[in-house]
Amino acid sequence: MSSFMNWLDARFPASKMWKEHLSEYYAPKNFNFWYFFGSLALLVLVLQIVTGIFLTMNYKPDADLAFASVEYIMRDVQWGWLIRYMHSTGASAFFVVVYLHMFRGLIYGSYKQPRELVWIFGMLIYLTLMAEAFMGYLLPWGQMSYWGAQVIISLFGAIPVVGEQLALWIRGDFVVADATLNRFFAFHVIALPLVLLGLVVAHIIALHEVGSNNPDGVEIKKNKDASGKPVDGIPFHPYYTVKDIVGVVVFLFIFALVLFYAPEGGGWFLEKDNFVPADPLKTPEHIVPLWYFTPFYAILRAVPDKLMGVLAMGGAIVFLFLLPWLDRSPVKSIRYRGPYFKIALVLFIISFLALGYLGTQPATAIYTMAARVFSVIYFAFFIFMPIYTKLDKDKPVPERVTFQ
Amino acid sequence: MSQSIDTGKRRFLTAAASVVGGAGAAAVAVPFVSSMLPSAKAEAAGAPVEVDISKLEMGQLLTVEWRGKPVWIFRRSPEVLLNLETIEEELRDPESQVESQQPEYCQNETRSIREELMVLVGICTHLGCSPTYRPDLAPSDLGPDWVGGFFCPCHGSRFDLAGRVFEGVPAPINLQVPPYHFQGDNLVVVGEHAQGAA
Repeated sequence: MSSFMNWLDARFPASKMWKEHLSEYYAPKNFNFWYFFGSLALLVLVLQIVTGIFLTMNYKPDADLAFASVEYIMRDVQWGWLIRYMHSTGASAFFVVVYLHMFRGLIYGSYKQPRELVWIFGMLIYLTLMAEAFMGYLLPWGQMSYWGAQVIISLFGAIPVVGEQLALWIRGDFVVADATLNRFFAFHVIALPLVLLGLVVAHIIALHEVGSNNPDGVEIKKNKDASGKPVDGIPFHPYYTVKDIVGVVVFLFIFALVLFYAPEGGGWFLEKDNFVPADPLKTPEHIVPLWYFTPFYAILRAVPDKLMGVLAMGGAIVFLFLLPWLDRSPVKSIRYRGPYFKIALVLFIISFLALGYLGTQPATAIYTMAARVFSVIYFAFFIFMPIYTKLDKDKPVPERVTFQ
Repeated sequence: MSQSIDTGKRRFLTAAASVVGGAGAAAVAVPFVSSMLPSAKAEAAGAPVEVDISKLEMGQLLTVEWRGKPVWIFRRSPEVLLNLETIEEELRDPESQVESQQPEYCQNETRSIREELMVLVGICTHLGCSPTYRPDLAPSDLGPDWVGGFFCPCHGSRFDLAGRVFEGVPAPINLQVPPYHFQGDNLVVVGEHAQGAA
């Protein structure tokens, strides 16, 4: 065995990579519950790729055949229902895991110097994931697929001068049609997954270059022993690989419960209107994007102007990218932050969840007003961040991580 | 052969090769980008649609498909036409100034050729949903001032029964009136101007 490894290592850095990224990658020893979601996101990515490959074996990206081919998968293909439900439930699970992963970054300041690029790559993954989910949702060619795509593509039409031409270019026809379905299939199964994989690799390489943050926001690399290992670090493998396996078991347990007992998630994972074939002449009474887009959708609806609405929605995401530079506090973790940041974060989370709820509701006058209030809070969190994080009364950060 | 290296020359040649290579790559991008535009087949689709309106009753709305889009044809009563004037102050563009939204022969008070008959593209100018026909007066969900019109369920845009957009809604401009003309009393041809009309 060792002679084989010697032969291999002389030609390919197998042992070197194993050490760098697993057995000798030192992660802080005080990781908690919030540190499960990175590896879980990787697990869901693999799940989506595998189930996706098997779905393409029976799916037909053709406006006349698509809806029926999905029903064919559900009814006639052996175990087709399971593979399809794994994929559709997996999409929602992906966003659950990614949102929790991002929340972790927010409370422990994992986006702050020197991890700005880890955050940027992560945000790009999030954006690509949204595009991937949106394009995938068109493929079943149901009513919600069709009108959801119509609305989102029309967003590009709001851009002055080139907008209409751009929307036409994206659709490949004057309305959402067979050409749109066919190209979304190409993006969904080839182009975006390739981008996603590349970004995930960049995210992890950047992370392993600077090292992981932790719930105390203390840089463990500042305190090394004689051999150069961080005193508060433990090798990722076996310590965290084993810990993550526990997370995987619990996750799969919950995932299987949803998969077998509520695969449509009560209309949240697969909307009721999507069991009706696409009809270009009739918009469903109540059109809603899937739950993971609703906060941004609520912001779009809150603004009574087409271009400004689209800009506000885009801005809601752009601000997240800027987080590393908006936060002026020297302290990373919420454990040692002052009251201003804590209050701001609580208000932000409340607004995000409230917007998420409002985005699922009809646009009545009261709800629209509520969406405006929460949109203002959402943006205030970012706009005033340089001020309140600077004025904040932060607590002293310990020299070493706290660990019981 | 000289032993010294002319770094200036090297830099020039590298830059020149990069520019030429970059131009080549940009040129190759053109066919790929263009391939995503509507195909010749999609461009050619969109023949005019003939609709018989002899059985269309007062207030009734008929939806036909033209270029893949819903087109509404409906009859308006004299009361409806009277209301069009009374609500003008609440509208963003009551005189249909945005030229792209109707042919010249429909740029009038009722946005139509024959007053009672309205022809509209049923696609919201906000984000492309198809609004709902709500001719009922003062329904509970649309408020006591509602005199009939179109309500977009997606983002709450409101239009009157001439397809004119109200103030304070996300849709920026009036609904589009497609080119159309009549052949005799009971036949509407959607998608084509009358001969001689602009």
